[in-house]
Amino acid sequence: MTDHYYNAADLGRFSEMGEEAGHLWEKFNGWYTAVFAEGALTEREKALIALGVAHAVQCPYCIDAYSEACLENGADPEQMTEAVHVAAAIRGGASLVHGIQMRNKTRQLGM
Amino acid sequence: MGRILPTLHKRRAPLASAADQRATLAPVPLRRSFAECLRGADLFPLTATDIEIFQINLGKKCNQTCRHCHVDAGPDRTEVMPREVLDECLAVLANSDIPRVDITGGAPELHPDFCELVEQVAAMGKDVMDRCNLTILLLPNYAHLPEFFAKHKVEVIGSLPYYREKQTDVQRGAGVFKESIEALTRLNAVGYGMPGSGLVLNLVTNPVGAFLPGNQASLELQWKRELERRYGILFNNLFTITNMPISRFLDWLQETNNLEGYMARLLDAFNPGAAQGVMCRNTLSVGWDGRLYDCDFNQMLELGLGPGLPESIFDFDLEKIRNRKIVIGSHCFGCTAGAGSSCGGVIVA
Repeated sequence: MTDHYYNAADLGRFSEMGEEAGHLWEKFNGWYTAVFAEGALTEREKALIALGVAHAVQCPYCIDAYSEACLENGADPEQMTEAVHVAAAIRGGASLVHGIQMRNKTRQLGM
Repeated sequence: MGRILPTLHKRRAPLASAADQRATLAPVPLRRSFAECLRGADLFPLTATDIEIFQINLGKKCNQTCRHCHVDAGPDRTEVMPREVLDECLAVLANSDIPRVDITGGAPELHPDFCELVEQVAAMGKDVMDRCNLTILLLPNYAHLPEFFAKHKVEVIGSLPYYREKQTDVQRGAGVFKESIEALTRLNAVGYGMPGSGLVLNLVTNPVGAFLPGNQASLELQWKRELERRYGILFNNLFTITNMPISRFLDWLQETNNLEGYMARLLDAFNPGAAQGVMCRNTLSVGWDGRLYDCDFNQMLELGLGPGLPESIFDFDLEKIRNRKIVIGSHCFGCTAGAGSSCGGVIVA
């Protein structure tokens, strides 16, 4: 046991997740690799999407991994920062749009 | 051009010495050695298959001091190939059927006999490649080079790490991007990179930092689209080249505490297919002083050809070196990571 929850070196141990359920890990790995291969979207576009999602789900391992992947695939810090803003805007917008739910409920309950 | 960074040599930094570089790399902890990886790929000992590329390093003098330079080249460097070494290279080439000559440096164009070397090699019917930093083409004494290259059908391999200014200047020095774009425009103007011209203009990109280059084909599309859209520049191919943990890039890795992580990244990405096709297997590298090496990287680490093999161009013996054992070290992981890396870009498509 450790006395903290996140350790950067643990990213390198990701494949240990295959030790107790190898068949599931293999399925995940195959699917994951296929998802990030060049397709209708380029590897660069996919890396930028992944970086945005990594921030939305607030996964430090994914942020490390996809910051590097973005650079490797030719994205620059300006583009990467815009991707993070997209994630942040969706998160912020998602909170705000729930305000309509609040307004609906308020209207229902109010006089 | 803007401020020139001092070379390791000028700073009298320990890593200016090849021995210090080797001593810095040796203790970096790695799960497997390069030799073990080669054994696992059934490639040990690594041997040459033939000599198809004769790479001549004309010296360490350069008008730039890029932060990733494995040569520690710069304006203060005085190592320049002496005339008798150049003549011996020409004699060897004239008496062999080696088809390609790759001229590098430093900025090879700064050598006083550069043009004569190109003329003579081209007259032998061999392909000539010039590794050009691009900005050299803007200096008054070298502005004629685009026409000269075109006349001799020299393949120009220009360095441009990114299609935007900030990243390029961070790696290559302030003002380099704008001058590089001007140089590319001049090369396009004489036909380089233009469809049907037969004049080949290739670009090289090294990552601007401690990460691997991405998918070369995908980056090439991106570079082509952006350079044409932004500046109207055309070129033929983009070569992605991995930064080697040697000289100034090694210094930067150490300074930024990236050395161990970068070496581990290179090892994790070891690709047996790339190892199969590494450039040292079909290249001979000649140093400015005539010494022979398996590649330009071994040259900078002063790792000469293996025991019992010719040491200098004056002892050249094709039969002895054609299938020689190649001298390896942990820096070789730089050529075998991912899709691999060579002077011609990726090894495995």
